[in-house]
Amino acid sequence: MDIFGVPIQAFLGQIMLGLVNGAFYAVLSLGLAIIFGLLRIVNFAHGAFFMAGAFVAYMAGSYFGVGYWPALFVAPVVVGIAGALFERLFLRRIYGLDPIYGLLLTFGLVLVLEGGFRVAFGSSGQPFPTPPELRGVWNLGFMILPVYRAFVIGVAIVVCLATWFVIEKTRIGAHLRAATERPELTQSFGINVPMLLTITYGAGVGLAAFAGVLAAPIQHVYPSMGSDLVIIVFAIVVIGGLGSIFGSAVTGLGLGVVEGLTKVYYSQASATVVFLVMALVLLLRPAGLFGREEN
Amino acid sequence: MARSSRLSLAASALLAVTAWPASAQISDDVVRIGVLADMSGIYADLSGKGAVEAVRMAVEDFGGTVLGKKIDVVFADHLNKPDIGAAKAREWFDTGGVDMINDLANSGVARAVATVAKEKKRHIIVNGASNMGITNELCSPYAIHYAYDAYSLAHGTGKAVVEQGGKTWFFLTVDFAFGIGLEQQVSNVVRANKGRVVGAARHPLATTDFSSYILQAQASKAEIIGIASTGADAVNAIKAAAEFGATKNQKLAALLLWIEDVHSLGLQTAQGLLLTNAWYWDANDESRAFGQRFMKRVGKMPNMAQAADYSSTMHYLNAVKAAGTDDPDKVSAKMRELPINDFFTRNGTVRVDGRMVHDMYLWQVKTPAESKGAWDYLKPVATIPAAQAFQPLSESTCYLVKK
Repeated sequence: MDIFGVPIQAFLGQIMLGLVNGAFYAVLSLGLAIIFGLLRIVNFAHGAFFMAGAFVAYMAGSYFGVGYWPALFVAPVVVGIAGALFERLFLRRIYGLDPIYGLLLTFGLVLVLEGGFRVAFGSSGQPFPTPPELRGVWNLGFMILPVYRAFVIGVAIVVCLATWFVIEKTRIGAHLRAATERPELTQSFGINVPMLLTITYGAGVGLAAFAGVLAAPIQHVYPSMGSDLVIIVFAIVVIGGLGSIFGSAVTGLGLGVVEGLTKVYYSQASATVVFLVMALVLLLRPAGLFGREEN
Repeated sequence: MARSSRLSLAASALLAVTAWPASAQISDDVVRIGVLADMSGIYADLSGKGAVEAVRMAVEDFGGTVLGKKIDVVFADHLNKPDIGAAKAREWFDTGGVDMINDLANSGVARAVATVAKEKKRHIIVNGASNMGITNELCSPYAIHYAYDAYSLAHGTGKAVVEQGGKTWFFLTVDFAFGIGLEQQVSNVVRANKGRVVGAARHPLATTDFSSYILQAQASKAEIIGIASTGADAVNAIKAAAEFGATKNQKLAALLLWIEDVHSLGLQTAQGLLLTNAWYWDANDESRAFGQRFMKRVGKMPNMAQAADYSSTMHYLNAVKAAGTDDPDKVSAKMRELPINDFFTRNGTVRVDGRMVHDMYLWQVKTPAESKGAWDYLKPVATIPAAQAFQPLSESTCYLVKK
């Protein structure tokens, strides 16, 4: 059986792969959406923190013998703390200014981080082995699925659900949502909003670093690995609806699939299809698929 | 500039010309070499800082001066964008006093700069790029294609794989001048050996995820997956192929692999791959000596393009010295007359179409057990003699070739 000239096996395989890529998009756009939702900062440095996460895991492994599993925890914490410091020292000073300042500041950070890692490690990247427990493949009949990729989908879904749970169902999440809607009023109830902002930024970039560690065994670890991804992730956040957490996660997975299928039918367009979708969505639903029109 | 100082400058220039009528003719009293490389992008390790250092080493070894005039080295980042590369070349030739541009990694950039060089009648030496246009439709007396090209890769790795029995091919091709040109050259070799090309997938430069393309390659049932990309793209493609089990039933032919790519892949994944390189640091005593010196300065072993950056800069300076001037036409003639004998090649010669012909080598990546440590990665398989390694002059479409 063929679907538009492509055997059903290949078709299913591409959907599966689309989900794997979509999982990365989902975790990355999640952090971006949270940061934008609360801080109103377009965090251009998100890809750089993703890359930094992969490099921290690589350095922890090669200098201190830290294995993959501890690194999956250590790297996001290290990068999250670095992010929180960045928020305290720099980002804090530009709240309330024109959004372009946030864009410039975070873009500058991208150049600094990427340049720094390039000087230290070169541009062609470092190998990062797949953890031994997750080597090997599953034969699904229609495709060979590496165990590690299946692991990535599973972890991404768990992380997305956990994030959603924290924001929607816990006390700190309630404070967060309150601070998003009415910061002054929330502060008047004695909630430390500036601290909440720092934690949010740290957690957001920590998520990016977590995705970076997940990506390290699939790609190798190289300085521009984040900037290759982040532009697409921005488009996904816009399509999903700026600031919508649920929207970002679903759109991430969905666009992963769309991109995967484009690679089969017309692979030259695979780098642009996401932006085509973005243009269409902006024309028809300017607030994004899951976004609310603001009054 | 004030009128009076301009006058005095003109006067002193006149004086300089009349005072030493028989002395060497060096424009602007300096021989300036520009290294136009990818300093920050996907090919930065293959060209970049290493290319600049290689050219500087050549200038230092030459003595820093030629015909009594200083040799100066400048460099710039072309960002892998042909328009930026061409604009920089134009600026260098028009106002920067640059006499020769070297390296030119990235085929798109090399093609654009070749056009500028032809118009401005200044020298370029292409070491980083493979596109056949440099010695065909874009050829000029001022362009030399030195280290390797797509034809030599196709007749090295491509031919070896077909002869081992790989008759059906599927290409994973990076979608710009380099990948498409390489795919064409290898397809020619495959068809000439009664093989068949069953399909190709074109991906953008700097693709991070190759799994979809690998799935297409698996679905094609081709015996060989030809990887017509290089650097991070090739590394990611090879990793994905291993991950998805493509290497069980199909074989990979990496059509342009650099020593740095082997380093990133790790020997566990890369072992057994065939690759065509003009030069490898551990080939003989001379190449090892250069490799160690380069290592001290750059912190990694040089690749074939960086070795060629050194060798071709030497050749250019020798030609300037022999011609007694940096006049582009006279230097061009000398460069095509003098043979090249150094650590890079023996008896290399530059043809009328600008192709530097020399032996090429087929290498195989060592197994982890065979390797003695970092950068000990390749073992020789075969020598491709100069006469077979490059496009025959009779096939060149260069207007300088008399038919």
